[in-house]
Amino acid sequence: MSEPTQPKGSDDPAQVAAFEARIARGETIEPKDWMPERYRRQLVRMMSQHAHSEVVGMLPEGNWITRAPSLRRKISLLAKVQDEAGHGLYIYCGTETLGVDRAELIDQLLAGTAKYSSIFNYPTLTWADMGAIGWLVDGAAIVNQTMLAHASFGPYARAMVRICKEENFHKRQGYEIMATLAAGTPAQKAMAQDALDRWWWPSLMMFGPSDKESPNSAELLRWKIKQKGNDELRQRFVNLTVPQAAAIGLHIPDPLLTLDKETGDWEFGPIDWNEFMQVISGNGPCNRERLAARRKAHADGAWVRDAAVAHAAKDAARSAA
Amino acid sequence: MSGQWPLWEVFTQPADGSPHEHAGSVHAPDAEMALQNARDVYTRRGEAVSIWVVPSSAITASSPAEAGPFFDPGNDKPYRHPQFYKVPRGVKSEE
Amino acid sequence: MLFNYLLRLGDDRLVLGHRLSEWCGHGPILEEDIAAANIALDLLGQASMFLKYAGEVEGKGRDADALAYWRDETQFRNVQLVELPNGDYGFTILRQFLVSAWAYHHLGALAASADETLAGMAAKALKETRYHLRHSAEWVVRLGDGTDESHGRMQRALDELWPWTGELSWQHEVDAALRSEGIVPDLAALRGPFEAMAKEQFARATLVLPDGPMRMTGGRLGRHTEHLGHMLAEMQIVARSHPGAQW
Repeated sequence: MSEPTQPKGSDDPAQVAAFEARIARGETIEPKDWMPERYRRQLVRMMSQHAHSEVVGMLPEGNWITRAPSLRRKISLLAKVQDEAGHGLYIYCGTETLGVDRAELIDQLLAGTAKYSSIFNYPTLTWADMGAIGWLVDGAAIVNQTMLAHASFGPYARAMVRICKEENFHKRQGYEIMATLAAGTPAQKAMAQDALDRWWWPSLMMFGPSDKESPNSAELLRWKIKQKGNDELRQRFVNLTVPQAAAIGLHIPDPLLTLDKETGDWEFGPIDWNEFMQVISGNGPCNRERLAARRKAHADGAWVRDAAVAHAAKDAARSAA
Repeated sequence: MSGQWPLWEVFTQPADGSPHEHAGSVHAPDAEMALQNARDVYTRRGEAVSIWVVPSSAITASSPAEAGPFFDPGNDKPYRHPQFYKVPRGVKSEE
Repeated sequence: MLFNYLLRLGDDRLVLGHRLSEWCGHGPILEEDIAAANIALDLLGQASMFLKYAGEVEGKGRDADALAYWRDETQFRNVQLVELPNGDYGFTILRQFLVSAWAYHHLGALAASADETLAGMAAKALKETRYHLRHSAEWVVRLGDGTDESHGRMQRALDELWPWTGELSWQHEVDAALRSEGIVPDLAALRGPFEAMAKEQFARATLVLPDGPMRMTGGRLGRHTEHLGHMLAEMQIVARSHPGAQW
C-alpha cells in the first residue's frame, strides 16, 4: 500500500533510540512508521522465508491429494493445502506493505537464493505422512506463529492472527489421521509409527538452531519481532507433543527422552545439526524437486498471467475510446 | 511482457449492518478478478456478506510523522463525548 | 434407475473435482491456485452428497466412499469430457466453463424435481455452480481475448473440447420413467439454452465454435477413454491396498 518513507542508508541514532523506546513500550510498528533499515531488512527476510515455506509446503502434501483414501480425507487435505496458499499470500501481503513486491520475492525463491523451511525438502512416502505433517509440522508451526501473532510489526502480527485462527483445524486433522491409523490394522499402525520416526527430528529442527548458534535471534528478540527464543519454543513443542504420542500409542524415536520432574520439561537427545545444514544448503532429499515444481508452475503460468494483463489493457483502451 | 498484476486492498463486511474492515490484499488484473480473488482468498470460511476492492494505488494515507499535529487536536475536546454531560440521578440515558 | 442417474451426477463431480485438485500447488498464480481449489472442494462435496444418496437409493449398504473407491472404471457413469487430462490452464478453465454452464441448466431443472431430496441437493449445488460459472466464464474471456498466444491456445482447446460436449445431454430410454414422474428433466430441452450461453461467452472471448461432428459417447454406459483407468488407479490405490480399514 505504501512506500517506506525514510531514505535508505545509515540511520539517525536519535531516531533509532526513539524507535527502540516505542518497541520497549510495546507499541506496534506500522509500514509507514520510521524504522531502522536493519529492522526492515530483518522483517522482509523473515516474512519472505515464512511465505515461501507456506507455498513450497503445499507440494509435499499436494503429493497425496489424489490418493487420499476417503472422500472426507481428500476434501480436508485439499482444504488444508489450499489454506497454505492463502497463508503464503497473507504473508507476502505483509512484505508488500514494506514496498517489496511479491514477484520480486518469488523470483528470489525460483532463483534458489531465498530460504524456506527445511522440513519441506523431505519426501512424503505414505498416507501416514499426511497425519505426521499435520500433527508435527503444523503443530510446530502453531507454536511459532502463536508467538509471532504478537510481533512488533503490525502487518506481520495481523497475518499471524488470521493464520492461527485458520490453522487450528490443520493440526487436528493431522492428529486425527494419526490416531485413526494407530488404532487401525497392524499395517496402518506400522505406517503411522514409520511416519513419526521419519518426521520427528526434522520437526524439532524447524525451530532453527539453538539461540546461541542462531545469527539473527538476538536482534529479532530485541526488536520484539520474536518474543521467545528458538530453544524455548522447541521445548514447548516437545512438551506438548510427547503426551499426545503416548495417548495414541505411538513411540517417539528418541531413546534419551526423559521427563525432568522439577521443570516439567521433556529432555530430548541431541539434534543432528549436520543433517539440518545439509538440507538448508540444498542437499536435502527433495530440494531440487521442490524448486523444479515451483519453477515449472511459474513458467507454465506465464502466458495466463500475461493474457489477463493484456485483456485488462484492451478493456481499458475500449472504455477510454 | 512482465505479467505483473496490480495490488488491490480488500475490505470485507463480516455481517449485515457492520462496517467494512480491511482484510488484506490480493493481486488481480482487473476489478472483476480482484473481487473474485478477494472472495476466494478472504471469505473461504464464510467470513463476509459483502466485499469492496480498491486499487492499492488509489489509497491516500495520513503520514505517521504528522500523527501528532493531525490527531491531537481531537484529544482535548471532551464536549464531544457523552460523559461530558451530567444526567440527573435516576434518569435512564440511552446507552 | 434413480440410482444410475445419481451415479452420473456424483461421478461427473468426483472425476472433475479430482482433476481440478491435481492443480493444487501448480497453478499460474497463488490467487488462482486458491480459486481452483475452491471449485474442486465444491465439486467433491457435491460428489459426496450425490453418491451418498445413490447408496441410500440402492439400498445395499454402500456409502459414498464404497462407491467412489471400490467401483472399477466400467462402473463409473461420468461423461468422458471430465476425465480428460488437464492440459494447460486454459484447457482446464475452458472445460470448467463448459461443465459449469451445463450444470447450471441441469441443476436448475433438477431443483424442481418431484424427488424432494434430489431437488434440495440440486438447489444447493446450483448455488455453488453459479460461482464456478462466473469464475470460469470470466477467465475464458480474458484468455480468449488476451494475447495472440493465449487466443491460439484457447481456440485449440475449444476445438478439442467442444466435440465432447455432446455427451452432456445424452439420455437413455430407461430415463423415460424418471422423466414421466417429474424426477428428472428432459435433457434435450436444455441443450439449446446451454449452447446459447456458450456461444455468447465465446463471442465475448473472440473464440469460434467448431462445426464438426460430436464425438462418440459411452461414459454414461461405463465405456470410457483410456484416461479414466489411470486416474482411478491413483485415486483408489491406498483405499484398495487395505480392505476393510478405516481412515
